[in-house]
Amino acid sequence: MNILVFIKQVPDTNEVKIDPKTGTLIREGVPSIINPDDKNALEEALKIKESKGARVTVVTMGPPQAEKALREALSMGADEAVLLTDRAFAGADTWATSLVLAKAAEKIGYDLIFAGRQAIDGDTAQVGPEIAEHLNIPQITYVEKVEALDGKLIVRRALEDGYEVLSVNMPCLLTCIKELNQPRYMNMYDIFTCYEKEIKVMNIKDLDIESERVGLSGSPTKVKKSFTKGPKSQGEIIDVPAHEAANIVCEKLKFVHII
Amino acid sequence: MSKGVWVIAEQRDGILQKVSLELLGKAREIANKLNDEVTAVLCGYKIQNLSKILIYHGADKVIVIDNELLKNYTTDGYTKAICEIALQRQPEIIFIGATNIGRDLGPRVAARLRTGLTADCTGLDIDDETKNLLMTRPAFGGNIMATIECPNNRPQMSTVRPGVFSVPCADENRKGVIEKVDIKISEDDIRVKILEIVKSLKEKIDITEADVIVSGGRGVGNKEGFKMLKELADELGGIVAGSRAAVDSGWIDKDRQVGQTGKTVRPKLYIACGISGAIQHLAGMQESEYIVAINKNSDAPIMAIADLAIVGDIYKVVPEIIKELKAYKLSCEVK
Repeated sequence: MNILVFIKQVPDTNEVKIDPKTGTLIREGVPSIINPDDKNALEEALKIKESKGARVTVVTMGPPQAEKALREALSMGADEAVLLTDRAFAGADTWATSLVLAKAAEKIGYDLIFAGRQAIDGDTAQVGPEIAEHLNIPQITYVEKVEALDGKLIVRRALEDGYEVLSVNMPCLLTCIKELNQPRYMNMYDIFTCYEKEIKVMNIKDLDIESERVGLSGSPTKVKKSFTKGPKSQGEIIDVPAHEAANIVCEKLKFVHII
Repeated sequence: MSKGVWVIAEQRDGILQKVSLELLGKAREIANKLNDEVTAVLCGYKIQNLSKILIYHGADKVIVIDNELLKNYTTDGYTKAICEIALQRQPEIIFIGATNIGRDLGPRVAARLRTGLTADCTGLDIDDETKNLLMTRPAFGGNIMATIECPNNRPQMSTVRPGVFSVPCADENRKGVIEKVDIKISEDDIRVKILEIVKSLKEKIDITEADVIVSGGRGVGNKEGFKMLKELADELGGIVAGSRAAVDSGWIDKDRQVGQTGKTVRPKLYIACGISGAIQHLAGMQESEYIVAINKNSDAPIMAIADLAIVGDIYKVVPEIIKELKAYKLSCEVK
């Protein structure tokens, strides 16, 4: 069985700060990490590899330095790593990103695809389902438990008010949440050998996609502007009888859409 | 005239999700700017009776896709139903609630319709010149806001988290058109089979994930007082937390403590009751989107960072707020 795991290298958003003068993100010195949900996806793939036998390939789209995330995945136990990198891929929204990842999946071959539910820098949760649609395979999102049987999976999907138990035949795509498992640490042996493994690099030509369908030009959505929330202004101080104060509170809560 | 602003109405077990009504309110605003109609699309089985609620809350038209195979949500069934009707009617805009269901459905529909989707929007507006939808959302863990548009593809699609917009008051005199549409769906279309659906309301105790927090400090004075705060929190769909002083006094559990030695929270609404606002406490909550402070002392530090600072006795003000909230809810309920 071939399992693909899509991962993303993201800046640790807890460390991202805003430059108060320019209002832009300060990325210098911010560590890059494997997106947390993606690590749960990788862990689940490795567990299936151990119990059922499988070949686990990690795939990422990004700049050349995303190799570091792939090396980390290899040292957790992945068998192969593929870096999708090309200047033409830059500036992609979720539609254009998922198209590239879907093409890569077709080229590499798969029985099962794992991805994280969402990345902490964008929080969209869209790339997984969009890959599944491009590949015309079933998807299950918010996965919190997986049981692999022959040719099919029994999967628990989290809902706000409980969960559902689902059955799906492979091939399919699952997006994982942190409740699914506890990702392992890199192990010593694999840390040493991960640098001996070759990372396969694929560009736009290898994937047979027209350049106008990827990156910024292939993206239906465009960022019109970005901005930081302005500093908080001094609030109002109200000193009136209790029922009047309560009235003001409720009016304000309506105004800020709390009620 | 363009071809409509659509809201995908989400129901579970025949109960409409509140976010769908919130979206109808926003869709109404957007449609008015475009001089256009609001259409709600309602999928399910034996759910036509929900149509009138959608009309009361702002829909001009309800497209009902009633099919036994749509009884429970499945990605394949709902995507097929919605995409087929969208391809026929070519709406200008589609809004979907960003629930675990909407966030499964939205990207699948957008990919099939070959259009863009903007997730978790907190602001929606129309560009005066281009008439494009302007979708504003937070990124980088809320550190930055981006306004996104989808200029060349239609429909323009966004998802919106529950609670971002408010539910418009129901108007039972509103009239609308209810249209039943038949979409052919077969068992084979649905590739993921539901074996079991389990309802289990986990009680939210993680204060870092709460949208609304009612927090009490030394000024609450006793454990009993926290029952009143809980009542207020329940009215607002939030949870109760406390300052270190309240935790040390044993009025509330340690896992509910906000502040430097407790948890850092950034809810949409933080109501500080009888909390003076030591710097350690402020560090744990000053990123909250909207802060209400109620305190006898107008010079307390919390009053300086609050968006709304009420000078008064919490035992007088809080019961009045609860009363007011209950009255407001009654006035908005659909009979």
